[in-house]
Amino acid sequence: MENLTSVVDWSRLQFAITAIYHWLFVPLTLGLSVIVAIMESLYLKTKSENWLRATKFWMTLFGINFAIGVATGLILEFEFGTNWSNYSWFVGDIFGAPLAIEGIVAFFMEATFGAVMFFGWNKVSPKFHLASTWLTAIGASISALWILVANAWMQYPVGMEFDPAQMRNVMDDFWALFSGIAVNKFFHAVFSGWALAGVFVIGVSCYMLWKKRNQEFALMSIKTGGWFGLIGLLLTMYTGDGSAVQVARHQPMKLAAMEGLYHGHVGQSLTGVALLNPDKEWNNDEDEYLFEVSIPYGLSILANHDMNSFVPGITDIVNGFSINADGDTINTVSYAERIERGKLAQKALGEYDAARKAGNTSAMEIAEKTLRENYPFFGYAYFKDVKEAIPPVGLTFTMFRIMVILGSYFLLFFVVALFLAYKKDILKHARWFQIVAMVSVPFMWLCSEAGWAVAEVGRQPWTIQDLLPTCAAISQIPVSSVVLTFWMFAAVFTILLVAEVSIMCRFVEKKSKEELYK
Amino acid sequence: MTLECLQNYWWLLISILGAILVFLLFVQGGQSMIYGLGKTPERRDLIVGAMGSKWELTFTTLVTFGGAFFASFPLYYSTSFGGAYWLWILILFSFVLQAVSYEYRRKKGNVYGTGTYDLFLFINGSVGCILLGVAVGMFFFGGEFTVNRDKILSASSPVISTWAPTHGFEAIFCWKNLVLGVAVLFLARMQAALYMMNRDKNDNEFFGRLKTSAFINGGVFVIAFLTFLAVLFTTTGYDVVSENGQTVSVTAAPYKYFFNMINQWWELATLLVGVVLVLYGLLSSVLAKHFTKGIWFTGLGTILAVLSLFWAAGYGDTAYLPSLLDPMSSLTIRNSSSSEFTLTAMSYASLFIPFVIAYIWYVWRKMDK
Repeated sequence: MENLTSVVDWSRLQFAITAIYHWLFVPLTLGLSVIVAIMESLYLKTKSENWLRATKFWMTLFGINFAIGVATGLILEFEFGTNWSNYSWFVGDIFGAPLAIEGIVAFFMEATFGAVMFFGWNKVSPKFHLASTWLTAIGASISALWILVANAWMQYPVGMEFDPAQMRNVMDDFWALFSGIAVNKFFHAVFSGWALAGVFVIGVSCYMLWKKRNQEFALMSIKTGGWFGLIGLLLTMYTGDGSAVQVARHQPMKLAAMEGLYHGHVGQSLTGVALLNPDKEWNNDEDEYLFEVSIPYGLSILANHDMNSFVPGITDIVNGFSINADGDTINTVSYAERIERGKLAQKALGEYDAARKAGNTSAMEIAEKTLRENYPFFGYAYFKDVKEAIPPVGLTFTMFRIMVILGSYFLLFFVVALFLAYKKDILKHARWFQIVAMVSVPFMWLCSEAGWAVAEVGRQPWTIQDLLPTCAAISQIPVSSVVLTFWMFAAVFTILLVAEVSIMCRFVEKKSKEELYK
Repeated sequence: MTLECLQNYWWLLISILGAILVFLLFVQGGQSMIYGLGKTPERRDLIVGAMGSKWELTFTTLVTFGGAFFASFPLYYSTSFGGAYWLWILILFSFVLQAVSYEYRRKKGNVYGTGTYDLFLFINGSVGCILLGVAVGMFFFGGEFTVNRDKILSASSPVISTWAPTHGFEAIFCWKNLVLGVAVLFLARMQAALYMMNRDKNDNEFFGRLKTSAFINGGVFVIAFLTFLAVLFTTTGYDVVSENGQTVSVTAAPYKYFFNMINQWWELATLLVGVVLVLYGLLSSVLAKHFTKGIWFTGLGTILAVLSLFWAAGYGDTAYLPSLLDPMSSLTIRNSSSSEFTLTAMSYASLFIPFVIAYIWYVWRKMDK
């Protein structure tokens, strides 16, 4: 194909920018919807108008954010078809199901009860309204569940087998899609949304404190958002730990890229702060880091919960060392051999197809046997060099550090925010913290986006781990078309983001001048 | 259930989702009349208010329609979306503009002003309807594509579905598709007028304007739809013979869709009932002094008529996406579907659909009181 590389790169860029924008809005939806539901529950329990005003205040911000999240989500779903058409056929039998079920069971729930939540205050009973608010929040999380099941499956493809007659993968176990990786990924993403919403609520509330407006309302919101965010962040960290173990077992190359580690050791240290050597390749003797501060045994503990375990680096993995699902070091298949075996699998598939068309059953059986033996490496056949199977190390390494450092910072942030909220006279006058809280808000988004960057950049070049690289997953469209649509979406998403932020700021500014707490 | 039954069942579900989507496009129809009917800002607010409480249902139905198509007929998803790239991108683009406009148009600090968001709604309302009509038109009038599964084994050129270099523009400028696109637009506009007549029944001056609008848009729709039916029934389609999900032979079949309707009489009956209901709803609303229930008749009629068209496209060994370049590449519900296992698993999930429809209906009634 003409300009294959360019089409792949621009298709990846287009998908990335859509996903990045989408994830600006989704975590706030996931977290703020629950905060709003909690506040409305408290209103119904206490009958305090203060909780009602708090509910409506945060619900309005939720609504402004919700619409744009829906818009970007639509594009993501359809981009699988428009830009990744080979992918859609090759694994659509498995991947399409979660997307369809999401639409049937979650999207309608969100849309229908969301309408009651926003417009039904005077049309339905208070209890029905509260139920609608909770159903909107639950619908958002169920929606996330199906999407994350689909995403986890791309990284850990299970519950399927290859059908050589149709030249595609077909599902053979639906419930296998709910692997430990999928469940962990779901909770990790949703809880991170809770943490993000907590930081957002504290940041906006601190703006009111800074302006000396509605201070009691702000303190009430900070306590709710603070506890909610702290719980969310602790659970995010817990599930993040589980995620590290799973990545070590199932995507060791991603873990090695996250660490910029080329040669692993028993009792491997964890790199805290380091400067990667840009000249380092998997097959040269350059040092991995120009500068490094590391924590002894850290990576072995993180990856295997065992300080004396072996963690393989990129070179080790390319040469055939890895760890298995039980955490044991194993001598597996080198990448060079994987490429050869991938080619064997593809050759056998071609022979199977020719035999099938000729009606030669015995030749089909022989070809199928070879195919099945080598199918786990099917995707490697698309590479000419093992280097193509190594993810971008620098970006994965940097994003991982941004996520961890900011995540740790926000733990401290929540603790301080809650401490000060309960010493309210201090917080009212703690101008430094009010500024810190406002400035921290965009960094929470950076932390959240960095997490996704680790997950998605670290698994490159695979759309389906080991089976389908990005270069074989695309649509056959001219690169100029993808460049144009990339800029179209980049422009419209940016234009809409500017409007969203502006509307939110104006709303907070205007509303904070009203009496929200009596 | 056998694989064939499951394929039929999922084409039925796709048909139902498609039919409901076309009905719900009255939201887009209303948006397309934002300048024509909404001469003053207050009127514009009235129209947007009427449509604004329902836009999410249309949007969600579109998303679910896409997801269900992906899951049940993935080869269509990969071939049509990746091939007719510009058609689908423009549809998506118009819906992105819509999604934020209802929420942002009247909000302080929306940066670009209410007029810009109204323009977004107008673009989605008019362009979205026409292009969705064009996409459905391709079910009958085909696309310029080929499918070759062997290409997955080619490292240098692995894409199995390839499309003409115009990538969807040729479909947009195909007059047959455009006739259906125009029919969909004016159907949506007619239904929007009837919906607002049902909703704002006490505003006599506006009611009269809506009535005129329903008459004009309904008239254009009837002409466009009859033209489409005439073209459809005289079009040559493909008869496809399949075995184990593989196409064995494809032969050109003159008057294919006409004979599909005759041979599968329930399709013709559904179409006729649908057309009668639409005409009854329209004429009653226009001729009677104050008839407000027209939307229910035209809505049900629309759903039935679209159902029959989807059935004619997919059932009866018909290619629902005929290839104009290589007839053997044409897509049918047999050669483009998911596996028996997946369709079965999804069929269990589909049992939620009546429950979903029930609560949507319940909430709709409650909110409209």
